Amino acid sequence: MTAPAQMLVQGAPKARPARRRNLNVLGLAPFVIFAALFLLIPVVFLVVGSLQDAQGNPTLANYGDLSQDFIIDAYVTSIRVSLVTAIAGGLFGFLLAYAVILGGLPSFLRPALMTFSGVASNFAGVPLALAFIFTLGHVGLVTKFLLDSFGIDMYGSGFNLYSEVGIEATYMYFQFPLMVLIMAPAIDGLRQDWREASANLGATPAEYWRHIALPILTPTLLGTMILLFGNSFGAQATAYELAPQVNLVTLVISAQMSGDVLHNVGLGYSLAVGMIAIMAVAIFFYTLLQRRSERWLR
Amino acid sequence: MTSSSAVAAAKPSRSRPSPARFFWWVVFILGVLYFFLPLLATLLFALRSQPFLSAFTDTLTASDFWSALGYSFVIGIITIVISVVLILPTAFWVRLRVPRARPFVEFITLLPFVIPPVVIVFGLLQMYANKPISLTTAPFGSDLLLIGAYVVLSLPYMYRSIDAGLRTLDILTLTEAAQSMGAGWGRILVQIILPNLRVSLLSGAFLTLAIVVGEYTIASFLARPAFGPFIALIGRNEAYRPAAVAIISFGLTWLAMGVIAVVGRGSRTRIRITGAH
Amino acid sequence: MGFLDLTDVRKEFVGGTVAVEDFNLKAEKGEFVSFLGPSGCGKTTTLRMIAGFERPSSGSITVDSADITNKAPHLRNVGMVFQSYALFPNMTVAGNIGYGLRIRKRPADQIKKRVGELLELINLGGRGDRYPWQLSGGQQQRVALARALAIEPQVLLLDEPLSALDAKIRVQLREQIRAIQRQLGITTIYVTHDQEEALSLSDRIVVMSEGRIEQIGTPAQIYNFPATTFVAKFVGSLNVVTAKTVDGAAGTVTIDGLPVRTVTPFQAAAGSDVVLALRPEVVTIVGDGDAASSRTANRLHAAVDEVTFLGAVVRTRVKLPGGTTLNFDTFNDPHAVVPALGSAITIGFPAEGCLVLAD
Repeated sequence: MTAPAQMLVQGAPKARPARRRNLNVLGLAPFVIFAALFLLIPVVFLVVGSLQDAQGNPTLANYGDLSQDFIIDAYVTSIRVSLVTAIAGGLFGFLLAYAVILGGLPSFLRPALMTFSGVASNFAGVPLALAFIFTLGHVGLVTKFLLDSFGIDMYGSGFNLYSEVGIEATYMYFQFPLMVLIMAPAIDGLRQDWREASANLGATPAEYWRHIALPILTPTLLGTMILLFGNSFGAQATAYELAPQVNLVTLVISAQMSGDVLHNVGLGYSLAVGMIAIMAVAIFFYTLLQRRSERWLR
Repeated sequence: MTSSSAVAAAKPSRSRPSPARFFWWVVFILGVLYFFLPLLATLLFALRSQPFLSAFTDTLTASDFWSALGYSFVIGIITIVISVVLILPTAFWVRLRVPRARPFVEFITLLPFVIPPVVIVFGLLQMYANKPISLTTAPFGSDLLLIGAYVVLSLPYMYRSIDAGLRTLDILTLTEAAQSMGAGWGRILVQIILPNLRVSLLSGAFLTLAIVVGEYTIASFLARPAFGPFIALIGRNEAYRPAAVAIISFGLTWLAMGVIAVVGRGSRTRIRITGAH
Repeated sequence: MGFLDLTDVRKEFVGGTVAVEDFNLKAEKGEFVSFLGPSGCGKTTTLRMIAGFERPSSGSITVDSADITNKAPHLRNVGMVFQSYALFPNMTVAGNIGYGLRIRKRPADQIKKRVGELLELINLGGRGDRYPWQLSGGQQQRVALARALAIEPQVLLLDEPLSALDAKIRVQLREQIRAIQRQLGITTIYVTHDQEEALSLSDRIVVMSEGRIEQIGTPAQIYNFPATTFVAKFVGSLNVVTAKTVDGAAGTVTIDGLPVRTVTPFQAAAGSDVVLALRPEVVTIVGDGDAASSRTANRLHAAVDEVTFLGAVVRTRVKLPGGTTLNFDTFNDPHAVVPALGSAITIGFPAEGCLVLAD
């Protein structure tokens, strides 16, 4: 046997002295340093800054200032928009995924929807806002179509794209696909033999959904809706282009960067930290639900 | 076993139309309408420019279009390179030597979801744009910040893509085999691991490229001449060109995803293609 | 009219593939019938037609004189045990077992009692609050069985229930299944590709190949008197060889030129080829000085090709002058002399041990 083959057969030495293990961790250093420089330290900077006043003295006033009506309204609006797009986006996205997988539609529609969803979930910001303006704006395609063909005056009846509702409608363009992409594997995970076993034991399809399929899917459904919530909460570019007058936390922060609208740097920091806190809570629950669903849908 | 029985008393098992099937068709068609009408509206608007197609020809011949696209493209490539150089060895190292660090590393890759881009750029500006480190006074400094921020944004997708790819390779055996033949770490990574991760790397790279080219918030606040701010600028000032650019931008994203799909076909690695907003 | 009747059942899929054809079976109440055959022979498709997951293209299925051919699966009263167990992951063991009863809106205390009884029956008493992912494969399969039995079905269907389990567990579990089935007296259809399972468990076996029934009979009939070459090859380790007819009426043939007597006369022209099945357990080694006996009425000279020690049994393969090989088994005897490879040997077997096959 040649020397290399001999080593292969004997295997690499497995015992690792403790000192070696510490050195191994160093291998992660470049990654950690990079994350620190561009992510962790700026966040820490924000946190620290939020706890200081203009002179640099420690204070909690910035957090107290968050209770201004204007700020509370921003948070409430952001949360409201995110909830709406998460729930509506989640429900319709789930129905769409179900339609192409189990709804009895021609099978080529599924890969078509998946590919399109991959593209659409990345289509956001200015181009998306423009596209919706061209569709639902004052002289948009749909607006004019409804007016010319059916005499329905959308804007006359109170619809306005450049509003909170318009933002919600536009956000759906990347919320639906995100839901579709994540729910598709979960729906696949509903094994056919569960459905058959349930029927065999006397249950109708509706009872199967009630007792088995929905309970199994619920962690993934909820978890993904939470992801959608976070996605919407942190979005800025689309709203900025479409309806910057709507009071969203991300827009306030970007306005603060453009021109110190708050007249208080520390308040900007606490605003951002507040955002991070809300997102962190959301992601925490998402991970919890994801663990639960992984166990069942393996 | 085949039979040419003329009479098929058989009811083909799946073509019984049912009220349920009708409902799902309605759902699907509503979805199609929702997704296509905005694209159609944009295209129609762009086609209204006089002379015909001038919106597109103007776009494709304009130097501002190409310089913005080119800038974002170059930034994207640099981001990808740095991202791979940073993440591939890290993911490899975590799997091979420090599995207990895995939750920590995965937590960090989850952070860009928790900290929205607008907050990231806010923090970066506050930290690096004021005294004593005024990076933003020089364009190069701002470029650095931009690339750094984009690498951070690409973390979740790159890491997951590479990690999924590593999972299907038995890197422990590959490494030991290579080591027993005298290869050092660099050689192992570049000559053995890298070629086997072609699919993961390509899909992560194209996703990052799509994100970088489409990104607006960070580029705009760092005042860089990227594609995102360019679209916003012409969107505010012009009529037909923005529509054409929007269509082109959508087409480019489609191209990137198409490459990922083609490259990923038949691969054992599951490709995640969700992106940013 | 049996308890479970399949009459002229045929299944053709869209596209023309015929999965099952001319299927006729009458199973008595309480009978354990196995469908045995290789992958793709149609046994699972037939089972699924009984369960209602596939509809027959033609033919009928009745249970206790009621026609269920086109009834929806959830309206039949058959219980099915799946190869993959198919336990609902979001319910406990007790929840799984009681599912059918909950759907039928039985009162809660009745359900609890029945679930308890079944848990005892499958030896998992007290484990009702476990979840499927906390159980081993064998335990999960027992829960699947209990779940199917809970609704007191008229027919029990099992689709290769043991194929995902280790060999040792398989043997234990199949004995338990048979014991429970006997105790409850439920008509049972058991699909398997493992002939040992089929032989040891069944009252009758249906051997299938390429969508058709090859033979229906008791295990002894199938093994000792295979009707076709396929059955002979698939069940047991019968030797199947080509022989030349000498005289069909007298039952004499030659194998590789050596004369052999069979016991049953058969129809074939002199000189034509027939297929002969020879059971390995009736073949013995004949010593030079051994007296003639009916047990060794046929004697053939051969050369030893291979000797394999299998523990309790020693399998010897010999080669006849024309190249035909025959296997035979002898019980292990520590004092016996193992014949050398290539050495000359005489093997003997009775006329009753040869069977001329129909095709």
